[in-house]
Amino acid sequence: MPGKSLVSIDQCSREDILRILKNAARFEANPNRTLLNGKVAATLFFEPSTRTRLSFETAVNRLGGRVVGFQDASTTSSSKGETLKDTILMVSNYADLIIMRHHLEGAARYASEVTGIPVINAGDGANQHPSQTLLDLYSIQKTQGKLTDLSITIVGDLKYGRTVHSLIVGMSYFNPTFHFVAPEELRMPEEQKNICDKLNIPYTEHTDFTEDIINQSDILYMTRVQRERFTDMEEYERVKNICILKNEMLKNSKENLRILHPLPRVNEIAYDVDDNPKAYFIQQARNGLFTRQAIICEALGINHLI
Amino acid sequence: MSAKKKKELQVAALENGTAIDHIPPSQLFKVAHLLELDKMNNTITIGNNFYSKKMGRKGMIKIADKFFEEDEINRIALIAPNVILNVIRDYEVIKKYPVTLPGKLTGIVKCNNPKCITNNEPMLTRFDVIDKEKGAIKCRYCERKINKEDIIIK
Ligand SMILES: [Zn+2]
Repeated sequence: MPGKSLVSIDQCSREDILRILKNAARFEANPNRTLLNGKVAATLFFEPSTRTRLSFETAVNRLGGRVVGFQDASTTSSSKGETLKDTILMVSNYADLIIMRHHLEGAARYASEVTGIPVINAGDGANQHPSQTLLDLYSIQKTQGKLTDLSITIVGDLKYGRTVHSLIVGMSYFNPTFHFVAPEELRMPEEQKNICDKLNIPYTEHTDFTEDIINQSDILYMTRVQRERFTDMEEYERVKNICILKNEMLKNSKENLRILHPLPRVNEIAYDVDDNPKAYFIQQARNGLFTRQAIICEALGINHLI
Repeated sequence: MSAKKKKELQVAALENGTAIDHIPPSQLFKVAHLLELDKMNNTITIGNNFYSKKMGRKGMIKIADKFFEEDEINRIALIAPNVILNVIRDYEVIKKYPVTLPGKLTGIVKCNNPKCITNNEPMLTRFDVIDKEKGAIKCRYCERKINKEDIIIK
């Protein structure tokens, strides 16, 4: 099977998603494999992200592959003005696979066009981060026993949150109902609502984060309101406390409700929630390892061997 | 002088080439720029503010001995969507059609997202036209959607 790059969640069909999640479950049952024996993966982190890099590098290592790369562009030739194209072509001489994160949007797409080896996008600015979406879907499927017909409430920064926009695309195959909770300034953009409208996906919008909405939900997907998004600090201070989840708000929630968060969190989930069995965000991060193992095998065209 | 005669005189005859008609006067020089007329050695006539029954005033460009590829000429639909093309051979209009946006735009439009890779790397921009009627396009790289009124020509 030929390898292929994973640049954006939009390129995944329903079948692609289900196949990757099925393989992720196999890796969860048995994470230590030798499928990448003799293979070298390059992790190119032009923008640092310890969490994502460790997850990908662990995935390669547990598959028996080796890792080369860098974790900060200030130590590479791109800081001397080398083009992205030249860096990618240089690395393509050495590695079988590129896993890259870049602060510029579209960088991974461009890299995948200039090189013959597969590229996995580990985040390109505010644009895409498909492995995060797939691990979110894996976590949803694992905790609910299914992906279809779920009521998903998404809370926080719905305007700039790329994980949220990708989650909508990824879930769109599975007949979801969405509830969007955000302060007025951070409401879901028209573009994403248009996607829902076109596919007849029902959604409601709220500016108050109430128990009533929580009690209807199977999944509560919390996100961080990022200070960097605001030019007006007064507005940030006012807005950041609207979407905070406290343990007492969960008292009448559904038994199967699980709370997800792409992490890192700031204050949007109170620490008293951590001990609630419905809190799932730490396990969610662990699921990233298995999902990334499945994505790497998919990119290298060896998923039939899993 | 008859009305017909008058009309003919407005536009000097073209033996072979392309006449671009019904250009909104405000867009005339942008169209000339987009077609890179300044780099051509052909005989070119540019006229503006001609009387037009349909649009009040209009601009017109006539280029002798030039026949455009569709993608080359269709890019002007970005800034002047209702322009009419006349392909002329032997003083006869052999083909007359309105320009329409092509499905893809390569190297013509600048992405208006400063954090897009295309604004930071020596490379061609690539856009998909996602709504031909409204003129909305989407950057293939950063995936940003740009509405017609915000489109920046390179
Ligand atoms: Zn762009």
